[in-house]
Amino acid sequence: MDYSVLQQCMHCGLCLPTCPTYLETGKERNSPRGRISLMRAIADGEMGTTSAFADEMSYCLGCLACSTACPAGVDYATLFETARADVEKSGIKSGLLRRFIRWFSLRFLLFRPYALRTEGRLWWLYEASGMQKLLRKSGILSLLPARLRELERQTIPMRPEFSDEIIAAVERPRGEIRRRVAVLTGCIQDIAFSDVNRATVDVLLENGCEVATPRAQSCCGSLHVHNGDHDGALILARRQIDSIDQSKFDAIISNSAGCGSHLKHYGHLLAGDPAYAARAAAWSAKVRDISEWLVEIGFRAPVPPTNGAAPVAITYHEACHLCHGQKITAQPREILRALPGVDLRECPESTMCCGSAGIYSLTQPRTSAWLLDRKVSHIHSTGASVIATANPGCQLQIQRGLSSDTEAKRVVHPIVLLAEAYKAEK
Amino acid sequence: MDCATGAGVPALGGLPRGCAMDSQFVPAGARRGLLMAQARFLPGGPPQSVQTQIPLIDELIQILGKPQVLAEKEDLIPYSFDGTAVLRQIPGAVVFPRTAGEVSSVLKLAQKLKVPVVARGSGTGLSGGSVPSPGSIVLCLVKMDRILELDARNLTLRAQAGVLTQAIYDSADAAGLFYPPDPGSMKISTIGGNVAENSGGLRGLKYGVTRDYVMGLEVVLADGEICLLGNKCVKDVAGYSMKDLFIGSEGTLGVVTEVLLKLLPKPAARQTLLASYARMDSAAETVSAIIAAGIVPCTLEFLDSKTIKCVEEYAHVGLPLDAEALLLIEVDGHPAAVADEAKKVRELCERLGATTVRLAADAAEAKRLAAARRSAFSALARMKPTTILEDATVPRSELAGMIRFIQETGERHRLQIATFGHFGDGNLHPTFLTDERDAEEMRRVDIAMREIFEHALSLGGTITGEHGVGLAKKIFLKSQLGEASYDLLRKIKRTLDPGNLLNPGKIFDP
Repeated sequence: MDYSVLQQCMHCGLCLPTCPTYLETGKERNSPRGRISLMRAIADGEMGTTSAFADEMSYCLGCLACSTACPAGVDYATLFETARADVEKSGIKSGLLRRFIRWFSLRFLLFRPYALRTEGRLWWLYEASGMQKLLRKSGILSLLPARLRELERQTIPMRPEFSDEIIAAVERPRGEIRRRVAVLTGCIQDIAFSDVNRATVDVLLENGCEVATPRAQSCCGSLHVHNGDHDGALILARRQIDSIDQSKFDAIISNSAGCGSHLKHYGHLLAGDPAYAARAAAWSAKVRDISEWLVEIGFRAPVPPTNGAAPVAITYHEACHLCHGQKITAQPREILRALPGVDLRECPESTMCCGSAGIYSLTQPRTSAWLLDRKVSHIHSTGASVIATANPGCQLQIQRGLSSDTEAKRVVHPIVLLAEAYKAEK
Repeated sequence: MDCATGAGVPALGGLPRGCAMDSQFVPAGARRGLLMAQARFLPGGPPQSVQTQIPLIDELIQILGKPQVLAEKEDLIPYSFDGTAVLRQIPGAVVFPRTAGEVSSVLKLAQKLKVPVVARGSGTGLSGGSVPSPGSIVLCLVKMDRILELDARNLTLRAQAGVLTQAIYDSADAAGLFYPPDPGSMKISTIGGNVAENSGGLRGLKYGVTRDYVMGLEVVLADGEICLLGNKCVKDVAGYSMKDLFIGSEGTLGVVTEVLLKLLPKPAARQTLLASYARMDSAAETVSAIIAAGIVPCTLEFLDSKTIKCVEEYAHVGLPLDAEALLLIEVDGHPAAVADEAKKVRELCERLGATTVRLAADAAEAKRLAAARRSAFSALARMKPTTILEDATVPRSELAGMIRFIQETGERHRLQIATFGHFGDGNLHPTFLTDERDAEEMRRVDIAMREIFEHALSLGGTITGEHGVGLAKKIFLKSQLGEASYDLLRKIKRTLDPGNLLNPGKIFDP
């Protein structure tokens, strides 16, 4: 990384009021410009990669709210990823268990789609068989260490089927084919939210797109760069690029904010690899978030049903990697406003992180819970019964936050709502 | 220039560690050498870890409690700078008092141990005013963040020093009132910092600056005494106007812990215009004509040709690239008066040679027009690694000549200087786009800056309109004030802070 990336920060402080961790502590060290000053001190040889620095980088959510606020265009995403990779390389935080968990999750599960699916199936069995209920009721789980109990509590509700089983390799729209696109099904999205992938395909078909969905896709590597495994991210990016013949498609569609943000960075990530640089740049230019794509091609607004029901109050939570990572804020709202019988209510601090942030709810449970409480109280203030958000992590986190509400609320991807509205026409 | 990346190494290398030893690079060491070579260096030299005094830390913890005292390296480095380019110094400790009583106790301790104290809010200053002195205690007031009272009958607001300027504005706005000063950093700057620096903003011409809205202050003096200065009375001539001594004193005379602010009724309407000019002089004539016509706009901002090009490249808002000047004009007040004044302003712009004039039809369009000015700094800050924002100021009548002088100076020294700012009050922001790693260029920056300040003074202007003297401009102060005034400042400093412990070395050396 070039030193000028660090230098670009003029420490004006405009990032501070948008940084969740600075808001929590009021300490400069926990702010973007404070973290950049520490990185610069390391670069200047004033200090080493210390354990305190490692803790600081783990405390940072990587939500990129700072990059939206920054007047000087500091590339915080790169700084954050580089710093986390630096921490890993320094070996300052390398307990045996930590190393195993990192290898098992980042290099074993996320590198092998079938391993991840097997795990997904096992979890699904655990949940669907009633075993989970039984164990939770029996109190036997309280014997587990606190970290594992937390992990069990946060288990992702798995879908009974994977994306491949409900989406054909190629699906054609009923009428004329106006565009050809490839859909990325993601890894977590694939085992926990395959319904969102199905809805994405349905909506694309409704709007004249022929949809190709490559089989058994692997992880895009976003979790890897986010967690300091730069080399792993490179391998996965190359694999992803090899898996799709870009020339056949007008766009490559992602429906998960975190993945989309990273997929658009492949050009940057592989710029130093002569064999991939050009293809990676072309790839980045072709990736679209689903909402971005739909607005770009002028999606068809669903026809309202004749028996107009009472309007449903919906609020929108902006996933960090959609609004800050990709600067996409208007398009999802445009889709929500197009839905028949919807009363879209703005949520205060809608661009503030919900505390999900990858595996943050496991690594920093206190701050994550604080952010979730803050988010939930804002959601309640809107009076909405449906919360739309376009990232699986946010969806799970907010679902968890609302689980104790007396009145059940629905947390859902905007594209699922649009697919339902198209279906209701028929 | 990538020092971490060699052949065969991925483009995204690690943090560019050890760059100090890399010859491709102007290393950190040279960066420091550079600081020493120019006027902007710190007393005490380059950033260094000062051996922290153990009894000091222990006693601070006794006064404030452990969580309110920071002394680890990783905690101190992020407090070694403010919003000013290049200046850095690592403090001995950072503390977060919550009451004036705690501030008083810390100051008494500092007197006992003879340790310098640097008060600070959010650290957004642009003259190095809150850059720590070597080994100092940084007194960070951000946890004193309560608005204490909004008195709608007397139009006043009382707040602790660490309240954000934006929160003051919002709180007044919610009550249908108006706090006009709007420094560029108001989203995060603290009101205490605004008072200490006497901050300005875009509304200076019509509404004045922070000083014009301070009715009272609570100040802790160097010896720990707590003083209340001023009150809610519009008229008050009892004794010296002591609060005015502390406004703009940059933390060198006392620590402001509470402020009593004046509010105004909120203007009912506002209208925005954007005019472009082929010649800077036509823009200047327009400004004179507007004021001669008895119209006082609340905003009268300009961009020069270089800034226009950068803004257009960055924001694509459709600015004419061949324009030499752009004026953003806003009038506010009673709806009927606003409509009338906007019409007159438009006519004046057109009559005096504006090539285009756009009048906002609604609030959304007003926002779009203002975006050109609002994004000026962002656009410039992206151009080069180091951005140095200055604030030389001249009487309004001299403004066009001053802008031309800055442009010529930039050309003469082969530097990129873009200028924008507040045409209404003569407050310019010559912005140097440079790279602090380039020692030779930085020397030229220093020379050009000196010439600009000297020229501003020769036109009856000032070296700083709204950023303060701090460290960055202290060598220019005497030439502006003259011997007698300069000496008066020093006498006041010596009287109020005989031990020279409050923000020592800022503004001048006593």
